[in-house]
Amino acid sequence: MQKQKANIDKTNEVVKIRGLEKSFGDYDVLRGIDLDLFQGENLVVLGRSGTGKSVLIKLISGLLRPDAGTIDVLGHDVANISQRELEALRIRIGFSFQNSALYDSMTVRKNLEFPLVRNRKGITKAEVDKNVESVLDAVGLSQTINQMPSELSGGQRKRIGIARTLILNPEIMMYDEPTAGLDPITCIEINDLINEVQKNYNTSSIIITHDLTCAKQTGDRVAMLLEGQFQRVGTFDEVFKTDDVRVKPFYDYNFTE
Amino acid sequence: MNTTKSTTKPVPSRLSRARGSISDFFLMLYNIYSFVLRFFKEVLLPPYDLKEIMRQCYETGVRSFTLITLTGFIVGVIFTKQSRPSLTGFGATSWLPSLVSIAVMKALAPLVTALIAAGKVGSSIGAELGSMRVTEQIDAMEVSGTKPFKFLVCTRVIATTITIPLLATYVAFIALLGGYLNVSANEGTTYTTFMEQAFEPLTFVDFWASLSKAIVFGFTIGIVGCYQGYFADKGTEGVGKAANGAVVTAMFLVFIEEVLIVQIAGWFR
Repeated sequence: MQKQKANIDKTNEVVKIRGLEKSFGDYDVLRGIDLDLFQGENLVVLGRSGTGKSVLIKLISGLLRPDAGTIDVLGHDVANISQRELEALRIRIGFSFQNSALYDSMTVRKNLEFPLVRNRKGITKAEVDKNVESVLDAVGLSQTINQMPSELSGGQRKRIGIARTLILNPEIMMYDEPTAGLDPITCIEINDLINEVQKNYNTSSIIITHDLTCAKQTGDRVAMLLEGQFQRVGTFDEVFKTDDVRVKPFYDYNFTE
Repeated sequence: MNTTKSTTKPVPSRLSRARGSISDFFLMLYNIYSFVLRFFKEVLLPPYDLKEIMRQCYETGVRSFTLITLTGFIVGVIFTKQSRPSLTGFGATSWLPSLVSIAVMKALAPLVTALIAAGKVGSSIGAELGSMRVTEQIDAMEVSGTKPFKFLVCTRVIATTITIPLLATYVAFIALLGGYLNVSANEGTTYTTFMEQAFEPLTFVDFWASLSKAIVFGFTIGIVGCYQGYFADKGTEGVGKAANGAVVTAMFLVFIEEVLIVQIAGWFR
């Protein structure tokens, strides 16, 4: 199922990357990347394992520092801002980790409360409860509020991970392999949730995946990361209407018999 | 015939391996020093996380109580028992309370507590934070602007700095109790007499030095455990290494600090 058209403002780039380079030792992971993420857009970054997809979003959120190039996020150059400015910026960016990264010593409620209480000074208990219930309702897991992360299934953990980022009302969402390790039905549910988040929270998102069904169902645009650079960028059909032997196997593996 | 060059890396000599290990060790000490500076920079800034500090005090203090009690008691009993034959030779068994109290207060209580805590608390902190690093929980805190260093490191270091001196004081009294029971059973000394003789040779400087040592040891165990866990390498092996590194490095530093503080306290006497 192809994604429905979203309300995208192509005059407003919330993330603007130019000439981004990142190496680990002798291995050049990103070799001069240019990328724009527009307001309201879901951009899927596809690529083989180890091509630097996760590195890209870690650079955008300031978890890693680039070797060269600029990363402009919501008008701030991430590589050249103070720690305090970076912390303030991060509140506006939601990051859903591949393994959910739920705090395993806290209940679901505490996991959701934690970023809210620490970032919103003077917030009342009633407001916290209201926000927690609201995001849990948004991901359809109100019944898990008092459970520990270890008691949740993989799909539930992903949803709670997304809920934890939503509680701060982020303007940008970054999903690292949102469907990795999940069964097909749960994958579809997660894809639907990503689209609901885009619509209901008016977010712009970067979705890192190598799952083409996820790319097709959630992406307004797809960017194919090959050999450290974006080789093909466009709609799903534009990217995969090719005989490029580096791209074609992705499509063939997922969609042809 | 194959004439290509071998791509196998040359095996480093023993000398270069030793040089590498030594430079790694000093690099680690420098990194711990930077970690300590960061701690002092962040600890004074809000939020203060008092609830989490209390929880960590419970984890490090109360949960070590049984082991510490047993160890303190056995140290007191064994030390008294082993010292008796030497003093009997001089007909000086009446000095046992003084000997036990000097040994316990000046050296054994803070040192034994620190070593037990390095093994139990330090490894636990290293493994817990290491596991959080490996499962990206620390990154998740970082990206949500929740200041993980403040929440995870400052609270644990404050907790160990508070609880380990308290545990060391407790160990001192438990060890004295053990010593008293042994002396009482063999020499028939009363509790009051034992305690009077035990505290007679001790000065304020001795208590101060002992307490200072325990505070420094507590801080060291907390910092080293947090440092090893906070910068654990990826993977489960990294968690094990963090726990192990926390114990070994903390014990090593505790011994060095013991020597230094004894020297400094000596200048004040």
